[in-house]
Amino acid sequence: MTAVSTASDVKITARATPEQRRATVIGTVLLLLAGVVVWVFGLGVESGARSTFNLSLPGERIQDLSWAVNSRWLAYLVAAVVAFLGGWVLRRSHLRWTNLALAIGLGLFALAFLTWAAAGKSFSLVGMLRSTVILSVPVTLGALTGLMCERVAVINIAIEGQLLTAAFVGTIMGSAFGIWAGLVAAMVAGAILGAVLAVLAIRFQVDQIIAGVVINIFALGLTSFLARRVLAAAPDLNSPGRFASIKIPILGDIPVIGSVLFDHNMFVYATFVLVLVLHLGLFYTRWGLRSRSVGEHPKAADTVGIDVYRTRYLNTILGGLIAGFGGAFFTLSQVSRFEENLTAGIGFIGLAAMIFGRWMPLGALGAGLVFGFARAIQQKLGILGTPIPSEFLSMTPYIVTIIVVAGVVGISRPPAADGQPYIKQ
Amino acid sequence: MSDRVPSPEDTSASNWLDRATGVGTSLGRALMLPALAVITALIIGAVIIALTDIDTLTVWGDDPGEAFRLTLSGIGDAYRALFVGSLGSWRAITETLFAATPLILAGLAVAIGFQAGLFNIGVNGQMLIGGMAGLWVGFSIDVPAIIHIPLAVLAAMVGGAVWAGIAGLLKARTGAHEVITTIMLNFVAIFLVDYLLKSSIFQQPGRNDPISQPAGSSAQFPRLLGDYRLHIGFLLALAAVWVAWWLMYRTTIGFEFRAVGFSPSGARYGGMNVAWIYVAVMAVCGALAGIAGANQVLGLEPYRGISNFAGSVGFDAIALALLGRSHPIGVLFAGLLFGALRAGGREMQGAAGIPIDLVLVLQALIIVMIAAPALVRAIYRIKTPDQELETSISAGWTK
Repeated sequence: MTAVSTASDVKITARATPEQRRATVIGTVLLLLAGVVVWVFGLGVESGARSTFNLSLPGERIQDLSWAVNSRWLAYLVAAVVAFLGGWVLRRSHLRWTNLALAIGLGLFALAFLTWAAAGKSFSLVGMLRSTVILSVPVTLGALTGLMCERVAVINIAIEGQLLTAAFVGTIMGSAFGIWAGLVAAMVAGAILGAVLAVLAIRFQVDQIIAGVVINIFALGLTSFLARRVLAAAPDLNSPGRFASIKIPILGDIPVIGSVLFDHNMFVYATFVLVLVLHLGLFYTRWGLRSRSVGEHPKAADTVGIDVYRTRYLNTILGGLIAGFGGAFFTLSQVSRFEENLTAGIGFIGLAAMIFGRWMPLGALGAGLVFGFARAIQQKLGILGTPIPSEFLSMTPYIVTIIVVAGVVGISRPPAADGQPYIKQ
Repeated sequence: MSDRVPSPEDTSASNWLDRATGVGTSLGRALMLPALAVITALIIGAVIIALTDIDTLTVWGDDPGEAFRLTLSGIGDAYRALFVGSLGSWRAITETLFAATPLILAGLAVAIGFQAGLFNIGVNGQMLIGGMAGLWVGFSIDVPAIIHIPLAVLAAMVGGAVWAGIAGLLKARTGAHEVITTIMLNFVAIFLVDYLLKSSIFQQPGRNDPISQPAGSSAQFPRLLGDYRLHIGFLLALAAVWVAWWLMYRTTIGFEFRAVGFSPSGARYGGMNVAWIYVAVMAVCGALAGIAGANQVLGLEPYRGISNFAGSVGFDAIALALLGRSHPIGVLFAGLLFGALRAGGREMQGAAGIPIDLVLVLQALIIVMIAAPALVRAIYRIKTPDQELETSISAGWTK
């Protein structure tokens, strides 16, 4: 009896749990990254080459702040830390911190990569971080749209169409009646498409993915059609102007952080506030609890008196407002002009960010920043002239998403009832 | 997860079409919904044309009668051009068939997925990868056309199948939802192709932009009727329709595909290897999409690969598969219709100045009405048929 139980105990402890297996994979990946850092980023530069990071932008109060570092030694230092993290994860002693170790490791890897790319040159680190924040805005807003809908079990792959339509409407109304009118109109346009999605998904019980695809095709077709037919004939409707930057007093003058975080237009600040509000709302208010229950177990929610349909309509339309805000960002903040297919897949990156951020607003912001960073690096690499093709960096968000949905680095679990129509009995 | 296709054992259907299509409705009822959807879409399209005619809109205040006449003639010109460009002459008809060729192939790639309960949004990427593989064979070897074309098409099929197979494998091994993975793989494929087109293997010597060398003349699809652009790709598409029909309705594999689509758990209890079937379904879809991709590089001028040469075909294919009720014959006719819209849309843009993007709007309207039959019935006040057609194909990300 004892012999048998001992044997089975041994078997149980010998078989790795999913977390342990994950730790093995991630630990190995970190060790490999450390190797890459040594061989490519360390030995790949001339010894004694220095990378100079500019830490101030032109026109700032404190000028000519920069950080010069020996490229090879920094790579060695990073490799040592990453290898240490890898070994630590491989010991499987602190499984809770596996993801944190991976995040730190990848962050350091990015730093080593930049140092390598900037070896012998100077590089505006602050400029890149600033772009990261700006580029993360539409992605984060797209992800927030997606999670607002999916938290109540309405799959929204129409984010792209919502952004595009809102960008278009914002341009026209902004040109005709001023940027604030453009912003409001864009948000209304996003909300209308949200309502269309909700009606198709809830009232007509159309397959939600088909409904999303339809809205995307419709938005692309209609905005391109109108851009060629109306905007081409009336070009004065295609110059809405932009929201000006508002430098936050005191905070905006802090070196590095000031330029990166506190010298933007209201879209950036509003996005940060929105993320915080939604996170608190979703997890600490009655509305949030009800929304989540509708997404996880609509029948139970119905039984305790929550109006499932009303909650779904409300949240999908609120999500549309957010998408409209995100769409306005394209034409009222960045380029101030509408062009065909202006959003170019950002809505899908938003969808990816929602998954990567595990259906949580703070996660969405984190994912948005990561994907914004990937796009910012990609823009800067051309200037530095590195041998890495920019196409591979462009792919990163999508590959990361595939890895995440495949559960290799932690499982990202959608709301339980996601995509299923609810039929009241 | 439920699906539109009735159980494979369903033999209660009475007439030949029911047996052939597996749709348990009579011919009239099966055609009424698509017909009404197309007509309604054209009417809404006319309204859009009228509302966006800036010059005429300003006339309404001064002379409503004249404005009304102008509006009608504007719509008339547009739709006349749409008809002339698609069916008005022999050249127009061949242009319709030419435009329909990739659509039919890509539509099959979505339809077979639907029948097996998989939503293949990744046709775009599969076309790109397949097309690049076909193109590579097309310019890198030099053999007679009789060997070269089949080899290039085969390479394209393998390329598409491998790319789609990634999504199938991920679903089988990890349960990752194919909608997410295929959307992401589309973007990966677009950037990968951009990279390849600038690499020394593919790039046209002396160029800096992403453009490939041309396929050798022996790999270019021969034209069927002299000057007209219609080429043997169309015959390939017809053959693919037949093969798809035969595979789905006359073979064990097809039976298994449909059984998994009908009920994955039922198929599992029936002893089928559902995980393997997911991979196989995606591979078949990818192979078909690969032929569509080869068609885009070997079937038309300038016989080169360019950035995102698949265009919107991968997304039109979803509309097609829905309109064709996921049946190969349905996809064939839906493909011809959309081909006519494409060919006519080009004429409409050239002759009547209506941007071809209107075709996308029409397509979106058609799909939404097909996907929500209740919408059409509400518009035309048609009584609900005895048998409601299910439209739910995918249920959540994790199933």
